[in-house]
Amino acid sequence: MELTRRQLLKMGLLSVCGTVIPISALEIFKPDALASLVHPFSKKKRWAFVVDTTKCMGCGMCAKACKLESDIPFDTEVQRTWVERYVQLKTGEVIIDSPRGARYGFTANDPQGRELKDEDVTKGFFVPKLCNHCEKPSCVQVCPVGATYKTDDGVVLVDRKWCIGCGYCITNCPYFARFFHPIYNVADKCTFCYQRITKGLNTACSDACAFGVRKIGKLYDPDSEVFKIITTQRVAVLKPEFGNEPHVFYLGLDDIVK
Amino acid sequence: MEAIQAHGALWSLKEMYTYPNEYIYWTIHIVIYPYITGLVAGAFVLSSLYHVFGKEELKPVSRFALLFSFALLLIAPSPLLFHLTQPQRSIHIMMTPHFYSAIAAFTIVYMTYMAIVLAEIWFVFRPFIVGQALEKKGILGLIYKVMTLGSYDVSEHALHVDEKITKILAFVGIPAAGLLHGYVGFIFGSVKTVPLWKTPLMPFIFLMSAIISGVAVCIFTYLIVMFVSRRFICKNTIRSMCKVLSLFLVIAFLLEGIDLVFHAYTAEESWGILSEVIFERFGFEVIFIQWIMGMIVPMIMLMLPNVGLPRAFIASTLVLIGVFMMRWDVVIGGQSMSRSLAGFLTYKIPIIPNSIEAFKEGPIPVVILLSAPFILLFIFNKVLPVFNDITSEEDCYATPEKPS
Ligand code: SF4
Ligand code: SF4
Repeated sequence: MELTRRQLLKMGLLSVCGTVIPISALEIFKPDALASLVHPFSKKKRWAFVVDTTKCMGCGMCAKACKLESDIPFDTEVQRTWVERYVQLKTGEVIIDSPRGARYGFTANDPQGRELKDEDVTKGFFVPKLCNHCEKPSCVQVCPVGATYKTDDGVVLVDRKWCIGCGYCITNCPYFARFFHPIYNVADKCTFCYQRITKGLNTACSDACAFGVRKIGKLYDPDSEVFKIITTQRVAVLKPEFGNEPHVFYLGLDDIVK
Repeated sequence: MEAIQAHGALWSLKEMYTYPNEYIYWTIHIVIYPYITGLVAGAFVLSSLYHVFGKEELKPVSRFALLFSFALLLIAPSPLLFHLTQPQRSIHIMMTPHFYSAIAAFTIVYMTYMAIVLAEIWFVFRPFIVGQALEKKGILGLIYKVMTLGSYDVSEHALHVDEKITKILAFVGIPAAGLLHGYVGFIFGSVKTVPLWKTPLMPFIFLMSAIISGVAVCIFTYLIVMFVSRRFICKNTIRSMCKVLSLFLVIAFLLEGIDLVFHAYTAEESWGILSEVIFERFGFEVIFIQWIMGMIVPMIMLMLPNVGLPRAFIASTLVLIGVFMMRWDVVIGGQSMSRSLAGFLTYKIPIIPNSIEAFKEGPIPVVILLSAPFILLFIFNKVLPVFNDITSEEDCYATPEKPS
């Protein structure tokens, strides 16, 4: 009879190992997944973005166009791209706001609803934001089911049919580029208008910008304006300390930008 | 037409500058998920103390702690189902686990641990099950017959082997319990965007608070059950549990202290706003409930000599509340400072269930989830009784390991 118990133990052990090992084998030996841990700054052609903040007027047309292009309800308070306003006062105080993600534009000189006198302000500017399509996306790293992934040409996307809606990726994006889609209830974010750029078109936001603030193009592509700007001008990325290697490059960034 | 509300807008209040997409995405269910998982680990460790280290005084509660840990374990993942926006897809975690994610491996750790606990329960209760299977008729008899799994051997030798296996399982179970819970801590510790969570100490902090809460819940439940059913309560057992509790309380307190001092001393960019969260916005929750009432007061109560039953009961209740508050402070507090470091979010749990989302995220599921392990324990106890009929202090350790 003792045999039965021994067999039982064996069976238990086997069934645990039997489920665990095959599942893990699939994942652990995937070369891509391994490479993602040690990947150097990639040398392959991949999509990147340039934002020239010095030209931004805060009209918010990009944010509006983005909402219209994607299928996110216009008046729900989530944004794939948004514009922030930074105002620094003589006192050193910095006021930041982005009313309704700026999809209606900045129409008055009233950051955070405060009345400001022109002479109190030392500097003020706008910073458009979007998903940085990081080379080492911390959002992809934490997705338990692999529903969010990076394409070969560097764009980070979400598989709406696979996302379980845990919100781990949303929490682990340093830029808060992600949110839950109000209708599909899955993680959502800027896609660099993948449906457009892969057909040779511009992103909706860059088409909508009258001031030439936003540019999409490929790195290591000699014909791309984006690549030229990044290699010849002084660009910076947001929050480099997180090690995500963001691929949205900014001209005219300031250290008060969050 | 009114705009559809963003997920999170219902319970997040924003102040100053927060990113447009910034809401409190991890809510009450992410508070009770590590809470219940912690109770599992603590209860299991308590039961192992008897099996592995032969702490005789803990014998009267070791079976109870084991079975309770199983009841808690069954409920542990369910808060996640309330949390997910696509719960029907939770099976995807098993289908395509992405092992760089801390949540993905949870299933595997969980299953392994479940197997260990189930096996240990079977070996511990086997003589009893066999006895009942031979004796009882009808449905109950059938249940016991199934539970024997065809093994009726209760000879001296077989029981001896059982005991050995139990010891091994209890031994292996300790690191597994540690892994299970340390791992839950890692889910938070690995979120690099939340300054309060980003510390390598997180798994250990979670583990220690898990053990104290688990031991406390055992003291709490055991005392209530024994008191209500008017059974004799072994003082030495309670005292021994209190000793374990106070020991781990000290470690937990030190770890949390080190973490805080480290944050304050290195004073990174985020410390300004982080300290505002800890000392002002969550001042009452963190300092008063979590530290003073949840750790310092019970620590003193348990360390003073001659711990009696009322004191044990009050101390363990305080620890339970304190650890719950700690989970709350970590999860909600962590997210209440904006990632822009320039604003705050306040969490308001939706009380009125006027929509599915409001119901899911409201207090009703919380109450159900928190009481479920007790209900399960009640049911399990009908089949595998764990509360012994003891009449005197000497009886406590003399209870024979055979069907009672
Ligand atoms: S910006 Fe955020 S969402 Fe976009 S790729 Fe980077 S981590 Fe992911
Ligand atoms: S919310 Fe969806 S995409 Fe994001 S981590 Fe969870 S399963 Fe992955």
